Order: sequence, then C-alpha cells, then structure tokens
Amino acid sequence: MGWLNIYAATYSEDHQSLFDFSQSYGKQLLWIGTALGLGLVILMLEERFFSTFSNLIYFGGVLLLIAVLIFGKEIKGAKSWFVIANTISLQPSEIAKYGTALALSKFVGEYNVKMQSFKSQFQAAAILIIPIILILLQPDPGSVLVFCSFIFAMYREGLSGNILLIGLGAIVLFMLAIILRVSSIDLPFELILDGKYILIIALTAIAGIVFWLIKNYKQAKFIVFGVLLICIGYIMSIDYIFENVLKSHHQDRINDLLGVTFDPSGAGYNVNQSKIAIGSGGFYGKGFLQGTQTKLDFVPEQSTDFIFCTIGEEWGFIGSFVVISLFMFLIIKIITIAERQKAKFSRVFCYCAASIFFLHFMINLGMTIGLAPVIGIPLPFFSYGGSSLWSFTILIFTVIRLDSERKYLLG
Amino acid sequence: MNDYQDRRYILIAIFLVVAITYIFRLFYIQVIDDSYKLSANNLALKHVTLYPPRGLIYDRNNKLLVYNEAAYNLMVIPREVKNIDTNEFCKLINLTREEFDKRMVKIRKHSTRKASVISESITAEEWSKIVESLSQFNGFYGEERTVRKYSSSMAGHALGYLNEVSPSILDRLPYYQRGDKIGASGIEKQYEKELRGTRGIAIKMRDNHMRIKGSYKGGKYDTIPKAGFEIKLTLDGNLQAYGERLMQNKTGSIVAIEPSTGEILALVTSPSYDPNKLVGRGRSEYYNSISNNDSLSPWFNRALEAQYPPGSIFKLVQALIGLEEGVIKKSTGFICDKKPMNCHNHPAPTNLLKAIQFSCNPYFHDAVKLIIQQGKSRSIFTDSQLGLAKWENHIASFGLGHKLDVDFPLMKSGNIPGVDFYNKLYGKRRWAYSTIYSLSIGQGEVLVVPLQMANLAAIFANRGYYYTPHLIKSIGKNDSIPEKYLVKNETTVATEHYDAVIDAMQQVVEADHGTARSGRIDSVEVCGKTGTVQNPHGEDHSVFMAFAPKNNPEISIIVYVENSGFGGTWAAPIASLMMEQYLKGGITDTLKEERILAADFIHGINIK
Repeated sequence: MGWLNIYAATYSEDHQSLFDFSQSYGKQLLWIGTALGLGLVILMLEERFFSTFSNLIYFGGVLLLIAVLIFGKEIKGAKSWFVIANTISLQPSEIAKYGTALALSKFVGEYNVKMQSFKSQFQAAAILIIPIILILLQPDPGSVLVFCSFIFAMYREGLSGNILLIGLGAIVLFMLAIILRVSSIDLPFELILDGKYILIIALTAIAGIVFWLIKNYKQAKFIVFGVLLICIGYIMSIDYIFENVLKSHHQDRINDLLGVTFDPSGAGYNVNQSKIAIGSGGFYGKGFLQGTQTKLDFVPEQSTDFIFCTIGEEWGFIGSFVVISLFMFLIIKIITIAERQKAKFSRVFCYCAASIFFLHFMINLGMTIGLAPVIGIPLPFFSYGGSSLWSFTILIFTVIRLDSERKYLLG
Repeated sequence: MNDYQDRRYILIAIFLVVAITYIFRLFYIQVIDDSYKLSANNLALKHVTLYPPRGLIYDRNNKLLVYNEAAYNLMVIPREVKNIDTNEFCKLINLTREEFDKRMVKIRKHSTRKASVISESITAEEWSKIVESLSQFNGFYGEERTVRKYSSSMAGHALGYLNEVSPSILDRLPYYQRGDKIGASGIEKQYEKELRGTRGIAIKMRDNHMRIKGSYKGGKYDTIPKAGFEIKLTLDGNLQAYGERLMQNKTGSIVAIEPSTGEILALVTSPSYDPNKLVGRGRSEYYNSISNNDSLSPWFNRALEAQYPPGSIFKLVQALIGLEEGVIKKSTGFICDKKPMNCHNHPAPTNLLKAIQFSCNPYFHDAVKLIIQQGKSRSIFTDSQLGLAKWENHIASFGLGHKLDVDFPLMKSGNIPGVDFYNKLYGKRRWAYSTIYSLSIGQGEVLVVPLQMANLAAIFANRGYYYTPHLIKSIGKNDSIPEKYLVKNETTVATEHYDAVIDAMQQVVEADHGTARSGRIDSVEVCGKTGTVQNPHGEDHSVFMAFAPKNNPEISIIVYVENSGFGGTWAAPIASLMMEQYLKGGITDTLKEERILAADFIHGINIK
C-alpha cells in the first residue's frame, strides 16, 4: 500500500515501466524486496542473538554516527547521510535507533535494574544521550525526537510519570514563550514589558495562589518555590536557545506553526500546500492517480516527508481514517505483544518499537495537517526511502521473532 | 514483576488521544472547511500576466524620445532542467560557464519550481538565433517583454532609466512582482504610475499534466492590460541635443526655461551617460564602468544637484531688494574703494546701472548694508536681525533657498543663510552686518543650484513672477498638467523696480565695457549677467545668466562651465548660442560655435 502511494506521488507519463529502477517507485520496489529478505533473515536468527549482540549493534550505530559527521554528505544542511555510488544513500541514525532500542532493552532487562532508582535512570539516560548528542551535531531534530520517545517505554517500566508531565510542561512553556516573544506591553513611564516577563509574572501569580492554598505545608512551599525558579530560568533561556541553537528555518517553522508569523509562500509554504492538497481530497478523495495537487508537484517532498498528502488527496477522509486506524492498530498490537512477553528484554524492546512508530506517526502526520512542526521524519512504510523502510521492517520482524520465542522462556 | 502493567493503558490512551485529534483535524480540513478546496482550484488555474506597453515619451515638438522594443527574457524552471549540454547552452546564450553556474545557484536558492529570469533583455535579433535550438534544452523558455529604447543618446538624466524592482519595493508596493521593471530616475521615476499602465491577467485552465486547456470560464475573469499614458515633455529635443554638443568635454550644466510658462526647454548636465547603453545585456558593464571609473561622476545631475555660490549674479537680486525697501535709488552711487572686498579696475559706480554693469563689489557691500541695517533699532545686532529677516523673506520669494516643486525626483535646496542660520553659527545677537557681509555679493554661505538660477532668469524676464519649472507638457490625450504648474508665483519686489535692473543687464551684454560682450546675438536684445564662482580647488567656475529678447522674452537660461574661468569667457557665448539656436533655429556666428565646440576642460587642453 505504501508502495502504491509512492508510485502515485511520483507517477508521470514518461515512465511506464513499473520496474524501471531509475525511478523512485521502481527503486522502492527493490527496497521492499530486500526489506522482506532482511525480515526473513531476522526470523531465522536465534532470540539470544538480539540480547547478546545488542551492545555491539549499539556501539556500531554510535560509530556510524561519528563517521557520518566526518564522511557524510550534507543534504539540506544536515550531515546525516552516507551516499554510496551516488544512488544508494544510508542514514546511520536509523541503525542507531535500532541499536539503542536493543541496548536499552538489554539494560532495563537486567534483573537488578529498577527504573525507580536514580542510578538506573542515570545509566539509561547515558545510553540515550550519546546518540542524541551525535545526531544533534548533524543536526537532525526529527531523529532526536524519536530517541526521546523511548521515555514512553521507560515510563512503562516504572519511570516516574512526573517525567512525562515535566516534558509536557516544558513543551507548553516553550510554546507560550515563543508566542509571547514578539508581544510586549507598554507601561507608563516609558517601560516596556517583554512577552517573557508577562509569562514570568503570570507564573509567579499562579505560584502565589498555590502558596496561599497550601499554607500549612512548609515543605510543599519550598517545592513550589523551586519549581517557579526553574521555570523562570527555563523561560529566560528559551530566547537564547531559540536564537542561537535552532537554525533559522527551524525558527521560521516553529513561528509558523504557532501562528506567530503567517507566510504561506515562505516558511509556511510546505504546510500550506500540504493542507490544500489534503483538503482538496474531500470525503472520498479524487481516486488513485487522480490527485492534481500532488501530480502537479505543488507539494514539496511529497514522496518522502509529505507522502500523507497523496493519501489525503487521492483517498480522501476515508483513506486518511483507514491509515490512522491501521497505525493505531499496529501500535496497540505491538503493545499487546509486549505485555505478553515473559522476558523483560523483549517487553522493553517491543515498547521501544511502539514508541518509535508512534513518534514517526505523530510528527509526520501532524506536520502535514499543520499540527506539528515541519521536521523531516518519514511516515513508516509509506515514505520513500530505503533506510527507513529497512529499519521499520527490522523493528517489526524483531518484535515477531521475540514474540515467537516467548513460550520457550520462563518468566 | 509487572508492577506497572496498568501503565500500558495510560500509554495507549495518550496514543489514541493524538490519533483522534488528527482524525478530527482531517475531518475538519477535508470535509468541513471549504477554503482548502477553493485554494486547490486556484492552483489548477494558471494566471498568465499580460504586460502593458509602457508609455512613450515625446518632446515639445512631438519628436519621439523614448519608445519600446520587443525583447526576450530567457526563463528557467530549475527542476525541469534535465540532461542538457551545459557548455553548448552557454555558448548559445552567450554566457560564460562560471556566470551561468553562478546564476543557476542563485535561482535555485530562490525556487526550483518557479520560473526565474536567467538572461534578460535579449534583442529580437539575438533571440531569433537562440530560439531555433532552444527546444533541445528542457526547462528553458522565452518570455516576450519590452525594453526601453531612446531615439538618441541625449537627455539621459532627464529621461531616467528603469531598474528591476528591489526587494524593499516589493515589500512596499504590492503592484510589483519579482522581475518587474520600475522607473529608477528622472521622468521614468517621476511619472512611473502614468507610464507603466496596468497589468492584465488571463486565467488559463490546466489539466494535471500542466497543459493549458483554454481560458477559464471563457475569459470572463480576464482583465485586459491598460497601456501606459503617452507623455509629452517640455524639452526641445533640438535644443537639448545642441546644448549637450556645446557642453562636450566640459563639466557643468545648462538649464533653459520658457519664462511665460515655466516649461523647461533644455536640461543639460555634463558629463552625462547614454541611456541606450543602460538597457539590455551590456547594462551592468556600462553601469559599473561609469560608477567606478569616471572621476567626473556622470550620475551626478549637476543641473539640479550641484550647489554653487551664486557669485555676482546675486547682486541683481540685492539691487531689487534695495529698491523695494527704498534704501537705494536708481541714481544711488557709492565709492569703489576696493574695501572691504577687492574689486577690479572700472569706472566709478556713480549709479545702480553702472554698478551692475561693472559688477562692483564694494558698491553692493554698501547697498546691502542699508538693507540689513536700516536703523530700526539702536543695537546693531537687533537691527541686523530685523533687516536680515526682511531680506530672507524677499529672497525666498525668488525661489531660492528651498527646493522648487519641479517634477524631478532629485533636487538640492541650496542654502540661504537667514536669522536662524547665523544665530546657530555665531549665537543670538552676536552678529551684525559686518559679520555676514559676504552674502551681499553672493559668496560665503549662500548656495544655489542651476535650476534655481534659470528660474531667477525667468523671474527677471517676467519682471517679477515665475511658474514653477517643470518638464511635463501633457499626460495622455488631454493636455492637463498638475495644477501646481499653473500657479503664478509673485516675488515681493514690485514690477517697476525690475526695469532699472534689466536695463543694466542689457548693458552687461551690449555696452562696450560690459562683462558679457561675448553673449551678444545679432539683432536680438539680450539681457544677462556674468558670474564667476570662486573655486578653492582650481580654476573658477564660469557662469552666465540671461534671457532674450528683452521685450516679450521667449527663453531664459543659465550656463555653468566648471573650472573654466570668467563668466564672460565661456558661459556667456554658450548661452548666446543656445538662445540663438532656439530663437532663430540656426547659428550665424560659426566662429563662436567652433571655439566652444573645440574647448576642452576635462582633458587638460585649453584653447583660448
């Protein structure tokens, strides 16, 4: 199904042969074939292989990440690809993703590791941080987010739920700070109140109310006060991070998403075109190969990051609904599989896989409909690209392989 | 061991919330909201811009000065460029490989799917050679546009040129699109709105293979482009061309005005540039060669931007103010003791006429002292302030010290030092006439631009009023010009006082001792006044102001020749030739003409 979409996205009259390997849909067919072959290989491996070689794969992935920084080819401002002989390109972060999932599963799977303890948390974080830093250097924010998704798996294994809440809080504060960045209030005496101070004053007020409500708990007061200080520090640093760490096109995209700026022909061009393409699909869609928006190449990157436009335009709301349902079915299925694992290693790995799928799904779809920032990240099994297809196939088949092993293991 | 088993439901719930949000969002944009469907419609329609022809420009005698010629822009859509022989292509379009690559990089940066200009203003002749083989090169096509053409190389500054619109203009003026041309100087800039016309749009339908399938709804929503208005200028093409010829190898300017209307007959600035070389493919080379290599800065429009001290010509205005204020009479005489300013040897200035004729410095020092210090106050400081305020008011009515509302984008205002000026310079009540007397003979801080001086000549010709100088004679079919050019501006000096000064101006040219004997024209009564602008950097600037004939004047003129010496030597004969050309349509004194044409103050060859 994914392949048919790439075919539709890049379809043009000049190339009639389905198996013309110079065309991307032809190439993708080749990728699908090899991916299936790879799947078979994985099915034939012993379960023990994954846990034994997990650290090796992890370090291999990390080495490749270092290598790509040195030898990689710069595509669209990020050094994240190896290009072999001009035709095949490989993204090592995909391998690192797999390796990290394995290594993390192995670590958490060890009997003496408890995610509640600070030491374990620290060690798990270390496993994550190394590849994240290397990918940040490329830079490739999409893949970084995928690594962050492992927090979901950690949460299942006992990581405090507060971490998720803090993460959510950080995102909300970040969005508020960016939205308020451009606004200011003029006060008398020629004082100008910047957006970030408005936010800080609002937070302080909230803290004050909480203070008043919990006047009898001295300890809680300290915590509230501490949280407030951290929040203020965070807000003060957002400006700096936004201006100096993020690249300008990322700034533009975030501004566009949050409605700070509106520029349908500049930073917002992709998203606007994408929404038009999806919106024009209507309820039933225009039919296979009938999309005009995607056919006329109005949507950039439509065979990779914006592949969902083709679905939206040609298959309409029904098609979109089916695709989303399929993804949800897949993710929930993986979670169900995870829960029936007896080995902790297998369970954690399945959760990691589910998290990866979810994050790709959330960001990729979200950006095509204007709900998430535009970050180059493929839609599993739909987007054109060998590395990602391979890596998703490997993930799925590893899950299947681990699952088939469960009856031979003791809890 | 599965202490946290229930957490799976929380995770599934999070995932489902996101999925359901997305489904709602999709339902909204795909089913409920119509705006995206409409947008999609727009995209399947192609809007083809129809460019209007830019208005033609004529001179006062209906001689065509500026017209349009077909030219082609070579366009490229980078993503459609496939499998081309780049070297072959560069040869075809006459670009070096490096230049081609450089432009492609820039274009790709802008957009790979939108068409951009890769080579502009290719002439029809060149285009015919390119177009035959263009089909071999995917992604390139031609777009017909027009370029400005000039019937001669004259009046470059007055006519102006076009530029591609800059990003800042694109931001400010939504009418313009990337790649459009806009008037960047001169008449082209001043009357851009009238000249450009209005673009039209034809809406074509496209199928999903980009093929155009005819007009959208039978052309119901198409708009026809409206051609730009024709503009007729007040310039006299022959006179302008002649003026530029006379000024060859000289720096300076000539401005000639028809006194009865304020119409500018000639606006010569030298050196100038050839407007024809500022269009088409040699443009940037020519532009750079002028900008970088020419120390005489041909971009500088001396007629409106150069500010000089007025020199002796200013004495005429002083005389008029003196008469109006009643502090001198025609018969007033002073002694020329060569103090406090030096003077040349001349008969005694026993009356105003002689003083003007001999351009006596001490005479005007004394006369202006009577204007500035009229004895209305006991303190000479207060007295000077009262007097100068009055004087300032008179001077302003002569169109000096401020910009004239000419229809030209650039003009300097000159400088007339007044009460505020000296208060700032010396402090309040710390100056008197003895501090500022150099203004009496048009030196010191006084500055004027040639156009103001030509206007001054018109004021004398009219005996006391002027119409704001302008270049526009008519726009489009009707003869209407802006109201402001039909307003009579009166000076503060009564008409009867002018006769005395004008008689003196005639003597300057006609009398045996006059300083401008070289300004005479056979059988025409010429009135004029020479000026010599002291130039600390080299030879003085030669200036002559005149009008003719004395009764019912038809032309008033100012001539500046930089670094050439006395006003009578060079500026006066040039002015007389210009006036004779205009009044009689030809030259009788060919010797005079030859001498002027041969003179060269640029390359260091001096012919006396």
